[in-house]
Amino acid sequence: MSRPLLQVRELSTQFSTYRGTLPAVDGVDLTIERGETLALVGESGCGKSVTALSIMRLVRRPGRIAGGEVWFDGEDLLRKSQAEMRELRGGRIAMVFQDPLSTLNPTLSVENQIVESLQIHGFARGRAARARGVELLEAMGIPAARERLHSYPHELSGGMRQRVMLAIAVSCEPELLIADEPTTALDVTLQAQIMDLLARLKEERRLAILLITHDLGIVSQFSDRAAVMYAGQIVEQAPVGDLLEEPLHPYTRGLLRCVPRVGRPDIPLTPIEGSVPDMVSLPRGCRFAPRCPEVMDRCREAAPALCDRGPERSVRCYLYRAAGQTAARQGSA
Amino acid sequence: MWGRFFGQRLLQLIPVLLGVSFIVFLTMHLTPGDPIEHMLGQAGRITQEQIDELRAHYGLDRPLAVQYGLFLRNAAAGNFGPSYSHQGRDVGVVVAARLPATLELTLFAFVIAILFAIPAGVIASLRPQGAFDRTATVAALLGISVPGFWLGIVLMIIFGLRLGWLPISGRIQLGLAPPPVTGLNTLDALLAGNAAALWSTVKHLVLPGLAMAAPMAAMVMRMVRSSMIGVLAQDYIQFARAKGLPEMTVVGKHALRNALIPTVNIVALQTGLLLSGNMIIETVFQYPGLGKLAVDAIAAADYPLVQAVVLIYAVSYVLLNLGADALHAVLDPRVRAA
Amino acid sequence: MAEQVSEEEALASVAATAPGMVRLLLGNRVAVIAGLVVVAFLAVGLFAPVLAPRDPNTQHPEAIRAAPFWQAGADARFLLGTDSLGRDLLSRIMYGARVSILLGVAVVLLTLVAGAGLGMLAGYFRGWFDAVMSRIVDTLLAFPFLIFALAIMAATGPNLMALVLALAFKGWVDFYRVARGDVLAARAADYVTAARGVGASTPHILLSEILPNIVPPLIVLATLRMATIIIAEASLSFLGIGVPPSIPAWGTMVADGRADIGSAWWIATFPGLAILLLVLSVNLFGEGLRDVLDPRMRKS
Repeated sequence: MSRPLLQVRELSTQFSTYRGTLPAVDGVDLTIERGETLALVGESGCGKSVTALSIMRLVRRPGRIAGGEVWFDGEDLLRKSQAEMRELRGGRIAMVFQDPLSTLNPTLSVENQIVESLQIHGFARGRAARARGVELLEAMGIPAARERLHSYPHELSGGMRQRVMLAIAVSCEPELLIADEPTTALDVTLQAQIMDLLARLKEERRLAILLITHDLGIVSQFSDRAAVMYAGQIVEQAPVGDLLEEPLHPYTRGLLRCVPRVGRPDIPLTPIEGSVPDMVSLPRGCRFAPRCPEVMDRCREAAPALCDRGPERSVRCYLYRAAGQTAARQGSA
Repeated sequence: MWGRFFGQRLLQLIPVLLGVSFIVFLTMHLTPGDPIEHMLGQAGRITQEQIDELRAHYGLDRPLAVQYGLFLRNAAAGNFGPSYSHQGRDVGVVVAARLPATLELTLFAFVIAILFAIPAGVIASLRPQGAFDRTATVAALLGISVPGFWLGIVLMIIFGLRLGWLPISGRIQLGLAPPPVTGLNTLDALLAGNAAALWSTVKHLVLPGLAMAAPMAAMVMRMVRSSMIGVLAQDYIQFARAKGLPEMTVVGKHALRNALIPTVNIVALQTGLLLSGNMIIETVFQYPGLGKLAVDAIAAADYPLVQAVVLIYAVSYVLLNLGADALHAVLDPRVRAA
Repeated sequence: MAEQVSEEEALASVAATAPGMVRLLLGNRVAVIAGLVVVAFLAVGLFAPVLAPRDPNTQHPEAIRAAPFWQAGADARFLLGTDSLGRDLLSRIMYGARVSILLGVAVVLLTLVAGAGLGMLAGYFRGWFDAVMSRIVDTLLAFPFLIFALAIMAATGPNLMALVLALAFKGWVDFYRVARGDVLAARAADYVTAARGVGASTPHILLSEILPNIVPPLIVLATLRMATIIIAEASLSFLGIGVPPSIPAWGTMVADGRADIGSAWWIATFPGLAILLLVLSVNLFGEGLRDVLDPRMRKS
């Protein structure tokens, strides 16, 4: 099998706060193949956005990447220079953010912001760039693209802004797209439209996507595999179908129980008791132990490591033993 | 759109001008100084008849309301009458002679202030609480705490007298003045290809210019710094970096445009201070501009001259604010829609 | 990251209580030192007759232009030297503090009460009053304060009352705008609606409900304006139309020393340094106050 497009190993990112060091991303492993969509799921604050920023090396003071490797097409991004990273960003790896109103510069026109990308990455200049811009807007389903090119972000609706952002992101033909909650700020109909658009892009361009979301509906419809994150760590990883049919980790199960099921009004919604741990002073054992309905004594004493449970499945929980093997890698305690 | 924009604001100019002229008129006329006495001060023995004659000649014996009415009518035609303290020369002429000097000095001060303050503010914002930021903040605090007249004097002492590098009064070395085309010595010297004149002018501009620029630079720097810090924390800056743009572009193009918006507003609001500062500095440095003219005119109770100068200041203030509004609209497309 | 209480939120919750505010302020070393300096000036001004080594107006013709103690040509009796009339600089500077501070406080109080009062009325009642006031404010803003001050003072001659008025002429506008803006916002706030629902009278609402909430930014503004007023008064005195020449004032002293900047530079320099020091401290303290009273107002 060919080498995966993205392989993250033991990625750790820390923030220094006035109360202490906060391990926002704590030994995270991820893999994405070409053309594959991996969903990174979790509650707010679990570290999924920071993971994305770390992959792009956009983490700034007071945060810093503390360790690990990020292999992109055979090269470790963490060892690259800033200049090399700049070439990659917006080029082979693109990122779209959550709120399109705040992510587009309000004082620059759409044209300016699209053409800028094209020029920086050497795709087109001047008039050719403008023409390409119009093409991209049309490809994203924006009507009257030629006129829209001269608009400013505040003149566009939320859905259109998101399309513009996608247009900018795919303008330089990236191989990997990191989408950080691309639909959270949109209403339901728009969500569907944008996700359709993403699906089309994925098809047409064989785009690999790291989809960050807390919306399980999108996860099921759209991704190939999913990784569940809790308190800075990956607690379960599996192909989407398997994850939804047969969730292993108590947290994943808890998440699924929070989601209403169509046609089954009889199944009660049960929230997960408790709240996320204080990241600056973490409990000694498993981070989910305080809220886990199936907690055991050993859970509180030492944190479990991520272990394999079959092809493409892994889970971080003492309820399971590695399928026959002891291939569990060290997780941070 | 621009027509409406300017039209509206120019209309607002009128009530302001009226109000200002009224206040000045009232103040000058209600205060006990007598322009006639000032005028005749050095003339030796004068009879009461001569005084009354002069008074009638200048219309100072008419009731206030009439005087104000006459003043307005004449002012609208651009005629401010004769200047009492300048041997009856037409006020318009006196003012026109001094206006370019102040214009030159103010522009100079403005340019120095901006050239220094904006980059300083940007650099300070890149690393808050860092060494540069702390130094800049202290400097800015000093800039707004120092009394302008004293700064002028200290500059005079250090650079003018102790070190002897720069002149401490006047506009240009005697005899070097280039043929007046625009009235701005720098431009005129350039036009005449006269390097010595240019050099002399610049040397005379430095000390008063610095004294005038200091408080303004301090304020602009602080404003730029704090806006930049706010802007750099915005999502669109992160997105710009995610596009692979070099940091200089991110800061200089994406961030600065947004940060300049509130800065422009603040600067506009402080133009009143700039004008006051101008009067003081010109007095300290004996710089032959409008500011000094105004101070002297008020002391001499030269009503027409004071009226004219005040009106010019008021117009400048409104125009500067207009310019700031326009600049705001250029920088921020969200405003243009309104 | 969203769950972690941000530093700002933590600070804000501490600062919400009065004792909390004081503690927060005391934690800011720079502001504390600045505050102490201001108090020192106040003390010096108040107790100048006791503290000053000599009478500020007595001339010593035998020690004209004596240099400060570390220079040649100094006279041991006069630490900071003497001016062109032989008057002790140190004592004059100490007495100068009285004028600057007293005037500063008087003017600030006057403009604060007038400006905030008018602002509250305009903001609460709106209508024609508000409209007329905006016109007036716009007109005043177009005025360089100096012209009006010059006109009044040139006319009335050296007169403290007139000086106060001249300095207060434009100063109230800032208080007006802050008060008006805050009142406009408060008007729509829930607690005001609740008070009205309970039948509270308008004066009661204005004074007991709204006023306490708009006081903090006004206090900060008052402190910062104090700095501006001190400089303004000094500027007027420098031009000869501020404090009457018989009263020692820093601005006047700088003007007196101007003729001697070539030789006796200290005569003009030291009084100016006093102004700088006092104003700097007032500004620093004001900023410290602002950080505590209204972090939202912080420029950064």
